[in-house]
Amino acid sequence: MSFYDLLRKYGDFDFEDFFRRVAEDQIKRIISKHRLGALDYLALLSPRAEGQIEEMALRAHRLTVQHFGRVILLYTPLYLSDHCVNHCLYCGFRAQNKVERKKLTPARVEEEARIIAATGLKHILVLTGESRKESPVSYIRECVEILKKYFTSISIEVYPLEEDEYRELISAGVDGLTIYQEVYDEAVYAELHPAGPKRNYRFRLEAPERACRAGIRTVNVGALLGLHDWRTEAFFTGLHAEYLQDTFPEVEVSISPPRMRPQLGGFQPRVRVSDRNLVQYMLAFRLFMPRAGITISTRESAEMRDHLVKLGATRMSAGSCTSVGGRTGRDSSGQFEISDERSVAEMARVIYSQGYQPVFKDWQYI
Amino acid sequence: MADILKIGGRDLTSRLFLGTGKFSSNRLIPEVVKASGAQVVTVALRRVDMDFQEENIAAYVPGECVLMPNTSGARNAEEAVRIARLARAAGCGNWVKIEVIKDNRYLLPDNQETVRATEILAAEGFVVLPYMSPDLITAKKLAEAGAAAVMPLGSPIGSNRGLKTKELIRILIDEIPLPIIVDAGIGRPSEAAEAMEMGAAAVLVNTAIATAEDPVAMGRAFGLAVEAGRAAYLAGMPEAAEYARASSPLTGFLRD
Repeated sequence: MSFYDLLRKYGDFDFEDFFRRVAEDQIKRIISKHRLGALDYLALLSPRAEGQIEEMALRAHRLTVQHFGRVILLYTPLYLSDHCVNHCLYCGFRAQNKVERKKLTPARVEEEARIIAATGLKHILVLTGESRKESPVSYIRECVEILKKYFTSISIEVYPLEEDEYRELISAGVDGLTIYQEVYDEAVYAELHPAGPKRNYRFRLEAPERACRAGIRTVNVGALLGLHDWRTEAFFTGLHAEYLQDTFPEVEVSISPPRMRPQLGGFQPRVRVSDRNLVQYMLAFRLFMPRAGITISTRESAEMRDHLVKLGATRMSAGSCTSVGGRTGRDSSGQFEISDERSVAEMARVIYSQGYQPVFKDWQYI
Repeated sequence: MADILKIGGRDLTSRLFLGTGKFSSNRLIPEVVKASGAQVVTVALRRVDMDFQEENIAAYVPGECVLMPNTSGARNAEEAVRIARLARAAGCGNWVKIEVIKDNRYLLPDNQETVRATEILAAEGFVVLPYMSPDLITAKKLAEAGAAAVMPLGSPIGSNRGLKTKELIRILIDEIPLPIIVDAGIGRPSEAAEAMEMGAAAVLVNTAIATAEDPVAMGRAFGLAVEAGRAAYLAGMPEAAEYARASSPLTGFLRD
């Protein structure tokens, strides 16, 4: 059974009604429960649970320290190419945006790699837009082979691939996959992705499963917050993570709760996701899956990220740049504007000052 | 006579092994080692970063300690073997704690793959300390495979739930002619003492020390508890009586 089949079971689930029926006592019981079920998680995502956010935070903090220790893993994104054939209404890289497109040559990849490696980072996340012509798997592979000289862990955030293609990249040195479904609601997904290969909802949804079957070590899933009701999207993200963990117990599963940022094209979020909402989501997820990772990118502000260190976060990006070749000077427009612009060294200092250890290396190619 | 634990040609006077994964700073490691008296320190190879000395966890393990790399992240025997070889090649010595984990929900070890990895690595001259779910047959296979010690879990890693597998560990202590080192799950010094009173050769602690409010003080507390538990074991623990006994109701009639 694929995750798609599981998701369909919630096709006619009445979320409004469920949220209305959640009682305060029920939340209290769930917070102290040993193992939460899917509907417990949903209850923690309810408006009613907001009243017990501090209790949730205390338990989430304790669980995170217990399972992960006082450490935050640092990584940084590297954009290889912004050529894209998709028409995602909310994305700065969408095909209709008439901007000059760029793609790093192998020499430029090496140059960027050197600059990043000098900061001490060992985990890198490589990104491309979706263009099988401009950034085919062979190109990604070529880049991975260069990056392997500088980094001990390479994750990819690229268009969904076939299982054999994942296998090819894993054998080249990739150990992690990040892929956001963007929107789990299938109808809204169709609306926001009017053209391009990304229209294929199911092919994207099942990408993490294909990567797991191909032997990937870590997968990170998420919904882009701001596109649709965050409570149900957070619920489906959690279900997705749980499905992957249950089906592929050897894989390290994590989620990202990315909130929309201003981007070229000026798409306005359809739903406002407040700081309180984001925190509630993270805490509910931590209680639901105590050992799963939570990744927080520089989409969040410095102040917010500093607080999130103690609220369940386990991985953070640092020294980020969302444009192709941005680190080597010849700047172009990025996928979105980042919010926390602190350097890797500054982030490390701040994490230390919170009584946490910034970890630069937590995997190596074996 | 000194109470020495012999493993892999080393004479250890401390029976507390220290894990390092969860500290708020690597700088705490030497302080905790000092306060606790630990002489064996395990470090995940995945965290060892020879290119970045300032953040290299292995560089914080005092030179007089045995550095015991572990294979955290290995999903099968082959990966554990590769990690062990990489660790040795990186200069981390020839001790290895095998961890083969295929279950990220509870982090429970895969005993079968652990036996396979032990066979291969012991044959290559490693001092192999396998982390395992306490099971007599597996422990026997590990002993046959050449393990230097056997490391059963007290409860799942990081759970601080204590010696939930006590009865199974007791069987290993009674039946396996190797040091039995309780690894994982020990949440408080009294539980470490309890393991030692039972006759465990040593205990390995990470979470309970690293995530304490004052890890150095907690390290000291664990060091003392392990010593006390060991001393009690050596002193010959009296069996606990199940009921009070006033006289001899069954044999009191025997007069001659």
